[in-house]
Amino acid sequence: MPAHLSARLCSLALSFFLIAFALPALAGPFEDAVAKFANDDYSDTDEAIGVVASSGNPLAFPIISALQDGRLMADPDSKKVYVTGTDGKSIDAVTGQPVATVPDSASAVRLNNRLRRSVDAAIGSLTLQSPDVGTRLQAAQSVFKSHEETALEAVDGALAKETNKSVKAALGDARAAILLFKPDATEVEKLEAVATLKARGDQEALALLTGMGDQPASVTKAAASAIGSIQNSLAIWSMVQNAWYGLSLGSVLLLAAIGLAITFGVMGVINMAHGEMVMIGAYTTFVVQEVIRTRYPGLFDYSLLIAVPLAFVVAGAIGVLIERSIIRFLYGRPLETLLATWGLSLVLQQAVRTMFGPTNREVGNPSWMSGAFELGQITITYNRLWILVFTLAVFAILLAMLRYTALGLEMRAVTQNRRMAASMGIATSRVDALTFGLGSGIAGIAGVALSQIDNVSPNLGQSYIIDSFMVVVFGGVGNLWGTLVGAFTLGIANKFLEPVAGAVLGKIAILVLIILFIQKRPRGLFALKGRAVEA
Amino acid sequence: MFSKSTHDIAASFSRRGVLAATAGLMLGLASLTGAKAADDTIKVGVLHSLSGTMAISETTLKDTILFLIDEQNKKGGVLGKKLEAVVVDPASNWPLFAEKARELITKDKVSVVFGCWTSVSRKSVLPVFKELNNILFYPVQYEGEESERNVFYTGAAPNQQAIPAVDYLMKDEKVKRWVLAGTDYVYPRTTNKILEAYLKSKGVAQEDIMINYTPFGHSDWQTIVADIKKFGSAGKKTAVVSTINGDANVPFYKELGNQGIKAKDIPVVAFSVGEEELAGIDTKPLLGHLAAWNYFQSIKSPENEKFIKAWQAYTKNPKRVTNDPMEAHVIGFDMWVKAVEKVKSTDPDKVIDALPGIEAKNLTGGTSKMLPNHHITKPVFIGEIKANGQFDVVWKTPGLVAGDAWSKELDGSKDLIGDWVGKKCGNFNTKTNKCLGSGS
Repeated sequence: MPAHLSARLCSLALSFFLIAFALPALAGPFEDAVAKFANDDYSDTDEAIGVVASSGNPLAFPIISALQDGRLMADPDSKKVYVTGTDGKSIDAVTGQPVATVPDSASAVRLNNRLRRSVDAAIGSLTLQSPDVGTRLQAAQSVFKSHEETALEAVDGALAKETNKSVKAALGDARAAILLFKPDATEVEKLEAVATLKARGDQEALALLTGMGDQPASVTKAAASAIGSIQNSLAIWSMVQNAWYGLSLGSVLLLAAIGLAITFGVMGVINMAHGEMVMIGAYTTFVVQEVIRTRYPGLFDYSLLIAVPLAFVVAGAIGVLIERSIIRFLYGRPLETLLATWGLSLVLQQAVRTMFGPTNREVGNPSWMSGAFELGQITITYNRLWILVFTLAVFAILLAMLRYTALGLEMRAVTQNRRMAASMGIATSRVDALTFGLGSGIAGIAGVALSQIDNVSPNLGQSYIIDSFMVVVFGGVGNLWGTLVGAFTLGIANKFLEPVAGAVLGKIAILVLIILFIQKRPRGLFALKGRAVEA
Repeated sequence: MFSKSTHDIAASFSRRGVLAATAGLMLGLASLTGAKAADDTIKVGVLHSLSGTMAISETTLKDTILFLIDEQNKKGGVLGKKLEAVVVDPASNWPLFAEKARELITKDKVSVVFGCWTSVSRKSVLPVFKELNNILFYPVQYEGEESERNVFYTGAAPNQQAIPAVDYLMKDEKVKRWVLAGTDYVYPRTTNKILEAYLKSKGVAQEDIMINYTPFGHSDWQTIVADIKKFGSAGKKTAVVSTINGDANVPFYKELGNQGIKAKDIPVVAFSVGEEELAGIDTKPLLGHLAAWNYFQSIKSPENEKFIKAWQAYTKNPKRVTNDPMEAHVIGFDMWVKAVEKVKSTDPDKVIDALPGIEAKNLTGGTSKMLPNHHITKPVFIGEIKANGQFDVVWKTPGLVAGDAWSKELDGSKDLIGDWVGKKCGNFNTKTNKCLGSGS
């Protein structure tokens, strides 16, 4: 009997719940708007966002933020909408009541770019008074971007309470942006707005000022002068920006060429398979990340640090193998070396293609390599910055190694005068192998860094081999400092030419300049002098 | 000592060389005799690069044709004969495409060839197909301005991809300012010329169009992305129409992401980025950027689901993606089979005449038809990139769009049509009622 009773109670409770939920929702604008999310129509969703955001309903923020993250589930059959929390629990979007399960027929409400902008604007106006400073700042910035008139009240309210300086400034900018586009704002308000934007002085302010449409004459005049002064300051910043881009491109060139500066520059081996060593380094990074992804996902941010020594060892070992099996038989025969290493590069490419497939492999950026920060009016991306730092570090270590270690001493001795070094008891063939391995290993390290900005595909190396030779020859064969100066010169020259001549013409112009330069100075920027040259 | 040892090595190398050559010869003989024995098969040529730069895209298409032949043979082949694939590797080397095409037709005696990706490779094989009178099915979206008797274009013409994409941005995203960015070769240059003319006909001013070309495999996008950012801050909604090819896309999107340009600020619509290309990219920063194609893997239709399942089973890879040029091969292959069965012959002349008017189901639930200009009818979809590397279709044309061999937007070609049924001409001028001769 008790069992029977409890079953009945259960069914009673269930039917009670069913009735409660089947009751028609109190039809108000908020409820109607929420139901529209279930229509799977972009215009309806857009409308719903606007109504929900301005409804003042406490559920507005959870609904809109769930929409942003793809956690807003809508059932097209029953027109019911659910908010799934980050913890996996769901509530009904209209009533706020928890629900046990979201029906299978429900799917996440879809967004397109237009709607994402509406969502950002809505979230902005809803979080202007959030307790978190970061959220408030972001909110003020998204209101600045959308500058919807409806947000003015919220901005004014937030401004009155705001204590944080940078948030206050962002709110002031947002207010100015709104007023500039508000048709019934007074002339004084608009002039103030123009002044605020002029003080901000970045591209976004410029965009607002140029796109503000019809305004009273005095405002148009003030805006024109503001546009002029912003453009002037941006023009100066763009020079700084070009210089930075040049440094960054130079660092990539240097990184790719630095291994070649050893194998070609110091040893004199025309190594066409140099690019493939870079590629092998990049694939090592891929393998490291694959292992980390499947076994130790927590280590992902350290994947590059782990990959650097591994890439050095893998590429270096392959380099030693190549030197022992092929190159040592070809010393002093540059043409045959060229052909043999060229063939080798094709073999290595096809081997990688067979092993890893012809398509690009995904190498992710650790969080510290993603994104950018603003320095004045230029954007500096973290990946480029770290690559510059990394390149300089590799260069310094290599230089120190050549200068202060026994192996470095032997390397210099062998490359400057092989027979003399041999008669001093240096095992020249062992040094040859190690030098080639060192150059290849450094190319492998370059591959780790380049995997962060380029494709990891079997063709990766090909795109760097020409540039690398260019840098080494231009800088002066056999001189590491020449390679450094050569790489940065080419990088900066390229980046100052590119905005004027375009990427294609810029590259051609650089090639022509190098050819002319080599005519004048066949030994490059920093030619080695003395008897060593002839050896 | 040294010289002697190298000599020994060289000698042993040459001995090995002789051995290898003999082995190669024997293999060649074996394949020749094999070819004789298999006279009761119909040979299908596959001309896609399996090595070099284009291997990244073309290898999949080779697999697709092998898969389709396998499926067809399970159904009993064509005209009671089994199909046999002859695969060659033109190695992303344009002149080699012509050589390999000649080899397929004269030596292997194939009845049809499925192949090519880049326009330059297609242009390189055209004279061969004309001279030896064979059939080429070309599966990739291209710049148009061509209609050849021996070629069937199953990829999109500009009016089946580029123009609808621009229409979408104009209407739905209210874009007023345009960056046309492309790799520096024939497809982007022609497409951008067509787009520029089209935009101007819609009232877009010259100063609101920025055209930018970059070399193949360009990897340093800092300056260009900064330029786009600058161009986009003129107070008008800006979008980028990208005909950037293959490998250069990854660093381009990475730079966009790093410099903080999101799809909701400046959307990029690409014509060369599909599921296959996204498989090698971290798609998080790409969220919301667009692509225009005639097929997406994510499109729900019974045909598509069946195809994806069979394809993944065939490749034994449950994650293997499908893409637009693959669908073009599926349609083209089906059309060829139907045409051969209709005329009960693989004779190229008969099949070429039979193909226009043939219909085949596409994978998105419609029926594509081969037109007299040797292009086909296709639906056009705009998809947004999702975090899982797939696309979410946000817009599609109401019906199928007929491919124009000659663009209606360009002065030089707006009066031309291709008609291999009535006029027997690839570039018939409808104003002067004259055929201009060759179709490209």
